[in-house]
Amino acid sequence: MIHRLFARSWTRTLVAAFVALVFSIAITSIVLSISGFNPPSTFQAMFEFGKEPDSIVNTLNKAAGYYLSALAVAVGFRMNLFNIGVDGQYRLAAMLAAAAGGAWSLPPVLHQLVIIIVAVLVGGLWAAVPALLKVTRGVSEVISTIMLNFIATGIIAYLLNPGRLAVQLGPNNIGTKTISRSGRVPGTPFPGTDLKLYSLLVIAILAGIGFWFMINRTRFGFDLRATGLSQSAAVASGVDARRMVVMAMVISGAIAGLIGMPQLLGESYTYSLNFPTGIGLTGIGIALLGRNGPVGIAFASLLWAFLDVSSQILDFNDIPKEIVAITQAAVLLSVVVVYEVVSRVGQRIDQRHVAAQLGEVAA
Amino acid sequence: MSTTEPAVELHGITKRFPGVVANHDIDIEVAAGTVHAIVGENGAGKSTLMKILYGMQRPDEGTIKVDGVEVALHSPSDAIARGIGMVHQHFMLADNLSVLENVVLGAERLHGIGGKARRRIEEISHQYGLGVEPDRLVEQLGVGARQRVEILKVLYRGAKILILDEPTAVLVPQEVEELFGNLRDLKREGLTVIFISHKLDEVLSVADTITVIRRGTTVDTVRPGDVTARQLAELMVGSELPVPELRESTVTDVPVLTMDGVTVRDATGRAVVDDVSLTIHEGEILGIAGVEGNGQAELVEAIMGMLPLAAGVVRLGDTDLTGMATRRRREAGIGFIPEDRHRHGLLLESPLWENRILGHQTRPPNVKGGLIDRQGARNDTERIVRDYDVRTPNIDVTAASLSGGNQQKLIVGREMSGDPKLLIAAHPTRGVDVGAQSAIWDHLRHARAEGLAVLLISADLDELIGMSDTLRVILRGRLVGEADPATITPDQLGSLMTGAGEESAA
Repeated sequence: MIHRLFARSWTRTLVAAFVALVFSIAITSIVLSISGFNPPSTFQAMFEFGKEPDSIVNTLNKAAGYYLSALAVAVGFRMNLFNIGVDGQYRLAAMLAAAAGGAWSLPPVLHQLVIIIVAVLVGGLWAAVPALLKVTRGVSEVISTIMLNFIATGIIAYLLNPGRLAVQLGPNNIGTKTISRSGRVPGTPFPGTDLKLYSLLVIAILAGIGFWFMINRTRFGFDLRATGLSQSAAVASGVDARRMVVMAMVISGAIAGLIGMPQLLGESYTYSLNFPTGIGLTGIGIALLGRNGPVGIAFASLLWAFLDVSSQILDFNDIPKEIVAITQAAVLLSVVVVYEVVSRVGQRIDQRHVAAQLGEVAA
Repeated sequence: MSTTEPAVELHGITKRFPGVVANHDIDIEVAAGTVHAIVGENGAGKSTLMKILYGMQRPDEGTIKVDGVEVALHSPSDAIARGIGMVHQHFMLADNLSVLENVVLGAERLHGIGGKARRRIEEISHQYGLGVEPDRLVEQLGVGARQRVEILKVLYRGAKILILDEPTAVLVPQEVEELFGNLRDLKREGLTVIFISHKLDEVLSVADTITVIRRGTTVDTVRPGDVTARQLAELMVGSELPVPELRESTVTDVPVLTMDGVTVRDATGRAVVDDVSLTIHEGEILGIAGVEGNGQAELVEAIMGMLPLAAGVVRLGDTDLTGMATRRRREAGIGFIPEDRHRHGLLLESPLWENRILGHQTRPPNVKGGLIDRQGARNDTERIVRDYDVRTPNIDVTAASLSGGNQQKLIVGREMSGDPKLLIAAHPTRGVDVGAQSAIWDHLRHARAEGLAVLLISADLDELIGMSDTLRVILRGRLVGEADPATITPDQLGSLMTGAGEESAA
C-alpha cells in the first residue's frame, strides 16, 4: 500500500511539494505573528484578492514567463548542467527580437514568427558561449553563465541608446522602436475584467508538451537524462558528453529566448527600461520546486505567480508585501530537503519491497 | 580481567530492517589472542554484523560482551574506547599526507603530532613487525604497505581487538602471505583478530576458529583442521559449488579484436597502457591477470573509446576502431560488462527497462528512428529477466533495488543482446552470490561456444585460470608475460603479476 503510493516519482514529488508548502505557510505564519499581524486574516486577504478576475489574468500572464524560464533551467538541470544564465539569455533575446520586430515591417504571422525566431536564435547562441567554454576550456558553466548575465546587461545598456537601437518613448523612458500592429498578438478576453490574457500563453503550453516529449520519448532525451543520472554510465554507454553539453545548453537558451515573447508581443511591443527583469533567476527556484518536470513546473510557476500577484493587496493592509518572499524562500529551501528525504525513503521502500517479494535477506 | 573470558561474545544478535531481517540469532564467541574468521557469501549479513560490533549500527536484540563485560556500543568511538578497531576493506588514507600524518589524524590528543607520536608509531611498528616508515608519503606506498598503515592506525588508537573486513580482496598472494605473517605477530602479542572473508583457502591457513554465516545467522563454528575448503564452502552456500572451467577449446583462427602497439597516457604523460599488442579470436576467452591498478581499467577504456590512444591501432574484425566514438564501437559489436557496475553499467534510479536501453540507445528493439520504443524495450527486458534469471518482481522497479548479483545478470543479458562480436567482461562475478556467479560463467561459456571473443579481466585468479583459453599478464601497463591456463597455478600467476617472474619489466 505504502509501496504503491511511493512507486511513482510524481507521487513523491506531490508529497514533497505538499509538505514544503505546509512548512512554508507555517514559517510565514510565525513571521507574521512576530511582526504583529494576524496570519489567518492575512492569508484570507491574499486569497480573496488572488481570486479576483484581474488577479487571475495577471497570475496567468506572469506564470507564462516563469514557466518558460523554469523549463529552460530544467533542460540543463536534467543533465546536471547549471544554466544560471537564463536571465541574460532572455533579456538579450527579447531586446534584439524587439529591435528586429520594430525595424522590419513584415506581413502578419510572418512578422510575429520572425520576431520569435530571432529571440530563439539569440537565446540559443548566447547560451552556446558558456557551453563552448565548458567543452573546450573546461570553464564551469555556473561561473560563466553568471558572468555572461552581467555582460548581457552591459550589452543591452550599450545598445539601448538613442542612435543605436533605442528611441525615446516618453520623458523618462527609452526602448526599441515599437513593433507595428502586424507584429503583435492580440490578447484573449477573460470574463469579468478588461485585462486580457496573453495569447502566447500557448507557447508556454506547447513548450511544456515539447519538453515532456523530448525528455521522455526521444533518444536525445534518454541520453540527456542518462547523463544527468550518471555521467560515467552515460559515457560508457556511448553518449558523447561534450556534444550533450552543447546541445542541452543551446536548447536551454532557445527556450529562454521565448520567455519575453508573450509580454513583448502581447503587451509592451517594445523592449524598454520597464521590461521585466529577473525572470531567469526566479526560474531556477521554480524549476527546483517543480522537480524539473513539465507538470510540476506548471504548478510551481502558478503558485509563484499567484503569490506575487496576491501579495499586492498586503500593502493596502499595511503589511509589507515582501512577506511573500519569505514564503517563497521557505518553500524552496524545504522542498529541496523534503524531496531528498522522500526519495530516500521511497528508494528504501522499493528495495525492501523487492527483497520481500523475493524472500531474500538483504545485506 | 580474567584471561579465560572470551574477548568478544555475541549472543542472540538480531537486526531487523523493516521488511527484512539482516541478522538473526547470531552467536559468536571469540577467544582472546586468536584469529577468528567469519565467512559467508556476499549478502549473508557479515557486514551488518561487523557494523554492529563496531558500533555503527545497534542490534534490535541480543547482547555484546567485551572481555566479559556487557557493553552497549552507540558509535565507533564507543567501540574504540572498548579497544575494538576496524580496518576497512577500502583504505581510508589521505594519499598526499605522510604515514605519520595519516596515523595521528583524528587522534591528535593521544600523543600529539610530533616526536612523541613518531616514537609511538615506531614502537608499534617494531613490536608487531609492521615495518611502517612514518615519514613516507602514503601515495608512494604499495597496497600491502597501505594496509599495514591502516592496521597501525587502529593499534595506535589502542585497539586490542581488530576487525579486518575482507583484507585480502586487494592483495596478491605474496602480499596475503605477508599480511598473515603480521596477523600471527599480532596474535603472539596477545591481540585478537576478527577476520572477515569469503576466500576459504586463506581462512583455513590463518584462522584458529571459523564461524560460518548463511542467510543472516550463524550456521556453524569449526576448526580449520576439521574441514576442507570444499566442505566449508558448502556450509557457506548450503549447496554444491560452481567451478570455473572450460570444456574443449573452441578457439578459431579468425581474429576479432586486434590491438597493435596501443599506448594510453595519463594527464601527466605517463604511459598507463604501454605498447600493448594482442589478438582475440572467435571463440576465445583471453584473460588478463594483474594486480589492480596496473592499466587494466585503462586498457578496457581504450578499447571502448572512452580514453584517447597516444599510439597504436585497435581493430574489430576488419573495422579500424581507432578514433571511433564509443557509441559507434558499441554498434560495431562490442558488449561491455564494466568493472564498476554502479558507475559505468547502470542508471541506479531508473527502472530496469530503461537500463535495458543504456548502451543500446541507437539500436532496435529500443528505438525507432529518433524515438524510444518503450514497448520494444520493455518486451526485450522481460526476455532478459526470463532468460538470464534476473530475480525481480517486475521491470518497473529501479535498478538500485536489485541485489548485486541480479544487477549483474541484467547487465550480462543486456550486453549479450544485439549479437556482439566481442565481449569485454571486467570482473564479471565480483560481488555477486554463488548462484549468479555460476550463471554468469555459464553465459560466458555459452557465448564462447557461439563464437564470441571475450576479454576477461578479473582479480579472482581461480576464475581467470579456469575461464580463460589464453592468459596474459599486465604489469605497469605492459603485457609482460603469457601463461598457459591449463598448467599454471594461482601462486605462479601471482608471482608473474608482481613481476617476480623471469620476465620482470621495469
